[in-house]
Amino acid sequence: MANRILDVKNLKIDFHTYAGEVKAIRDVSFHLDEGETLAIVGESGSGKSVTTRSIIGLLAKNSQIMGGQILFHGKDLLKISEKEWQQIRGNQIAMIFQDPMTSLDPTMKIGQQIAEPLIKHKGASKKEAWAKALEMMKAVGISNAEERINQYPHQFSGGMRQRIVIAIALICEPEILLADEPTTALDVTVQAEILDLMKDLQKRVKTSIIFITHDLGVVAGMADRVNVMYAGEFLEKGTVDEIFYNPQHPYTWGLINSMPTLTSEKLESIPGTPPDLLDPPKGDPFAPRNKYAMKIDAQMKPPFFKVSETHQAATWLLHPDAPKVTPPDEIVRRWEHYKELQAADKD
Amino acid sequence: MAKYLLKRIFYMILTLFLVATITFFLMKMMPGSPYANEAKMTATQKAIMNKQYGLDKPVIEQYITYLAGAAHGDFGISFQYSNQPVSSLIGARLGASAQLGLQALVVGIILGIIIGSIAAVNQGTWIDSTATIVSIIGKSVPNFVLAVLLQYYIGLKLGWFPIAGWGEAAQTIMPTIALSVGPLAETARFIRTEMVDTLSSDYVELGKAKGLSRIEVIRKHTLRNSMIPLVTLIGPYAVALMTGSMVIENIFNIPGIGEQFTKSILTNDYPTIMGVSMVYCFGLVVILLLTDIVYSLIDPRIRLTD
Repeated sequence: MANRILDVKNLKIDFHTYAGEVKAIRDVSFHLDEGETLAIVGESGSGKSVTTRSIIGLLAKNSQIMGGQILFHGKDLLKISEKEWQQIRGNQIAMIFQDPMTSLDPTMKIGQQIAEPLIKHKGASKKEAWAKALEMMKAVGISNAEERINQYPHQFSGGMRQRIVIAIALICEPEILLADEPTTALDVTVQAEILDLMKDLQKRVKTSIIFITHDLGVVAGMADRVNVMYAGEFLEKGTVDEIFYNPQHPYTWGLINSMPTLTSEKLESIPGTPPDLLDPPKGDPFAPRNKYAMKIDAQMKPPFFKVSETHQAATWLLHPDAPKVTPPDEIVRRWEHYKELQAADKD
Repeated sequence: MAKYLLKRIFYMILTLFLVATITFFLMKMMPGSPYANEAKMTATQKAIMNKQYGLDKPVIEQYITYLAGAAHGDFGISFQYSNQPVSSLIGARLGASAQLGLQALVVGIILGIIIGSIAAVNQGTWIDSTATIVSIIGKSVPNFVLAVLLQYYIGLKLGWFPIAGWGEAAQTIMPTIALSVGPLAETARFIRTEMVDTLSSDYVELGKAKGLSRIEVIRKHTLRNSMIPLVTLIGPYAVALMTGSMVIENIFNIPGIGEQFTKSILTNDYPTIMGVSMVYCFGLVVILLLTDIVYSLIDPRIRLTD
């Protein structure tokens, strides 16, 4: 079995707001193995960012961990001091933020910014750190690095800045890289370049990635496993093939169905809005927007039903007594394709 | 850069010319005459005096004569101060004003930065609220009120510092405090806002994600970025200090240019009014140019181009 480096168990996080307690993360469990990429997919406000931020100890001041564990090599990160956090951040666990236009210090030379974690964590001299920063700049594909290392962020384009942010995150060769929508602010062609770069560097640095996105299209080429998040909890977990070709939760169906295809004449969407987490729903949180919802969905939270060793979905539709429903055409098409794939695998 | 500077200098000269023109004609519209006991003078006496000082000629001619003189560095003779040339009169008094202004600026900005940063770092606590109240009071209480209060309580009652006068270091303390409160309050407010913004910026977040401690994040990524925009305030401060010093110099009986300015206005001492106005105006345009140059030097995003 692959070496498990991160194990998040029953994580619960609340936010104190003027309106009351927002239950942002409601019993979330997942794990990360060495060298793999886990994608967490969900719409805005589903809690993906909060989940990742808890792994690097950078939650907002008004948040409170209500329970659970974040085990990093068996050590519970929820119990360590700020000093210990500082030794982990940027060193063993690093993070890439969403907007490269604002995540660099506008008045510091980028060489210094890239070198900073190395000086902090590895006790590198300025000269060593500078040399390594130059090496990293070349590794992330910045041409003319010798000259550009002395430049300031405003002299770089968005895509180039995100490469710099990646260089900063990877300079200490972290075990876990948290990427919070790293390509959302970039245009599509640059997106593809950045994703390729991340995959390439992941192999070289041997880091595991938790990739946050709302864009299923990005997930397909990037992730090994996918967790679908909604209203502060996971609704479905599986390998990338299982989620794309054998989805079980109606929310995952909705997500996949709303991706444009070459033949789609009109863009599908999921009607309604996510529930208010000030007062979270009792049953399946997706039930109010779900046209396949049953009575029980509103009354009782569905447990995770096992679809395969690697695939689980929290929907009552998987209960043996549930009626058979027909998902959207696109999903039926994918299911058939999945069966063919499996049959082909057996041969 | 050179082209930019040339352009700026051209505009500076244009500004000086416009200010000189407007001031000249406004000044001529003031009621009264330069003579101390005009009521007792006969018409002939008055005509002789007017001829002596060139006041008998049409205003437009006086204006041209003045400009021609000023262009050669001749600002005329003061009516009031035993017929001294205005340039030597100003020269003798500029030192005190410059010293007072500079002291107030330095004290105000440094204390303002300290108070503002402390408030920002402790955002939302009682420390922050106290700092806000202090800066609101500092901004709303006129400096002459403060000056009088200082004179009465600190100078007279407690006797810590001399009440007025100029010459020894102790005499500069109270006027400096009175004059620095404005810039101090303004700076504290400004730095607090800037720093609160910077502290919540993505690059500060990235700094934390690099594993930097709170102190390191503030030192490396927050202070510089919050302080750079402060440079833009130095121009307005200079104006505030110039006008502020007019009153403060009067209250503390400081032989500065401001005190002379108010006196010259009250006595219709035309050449001195013009001279001092031009000195103020020149000081201001130079400070504004320096501010822009300094800004371009400390902020890599700013480049001076035309």
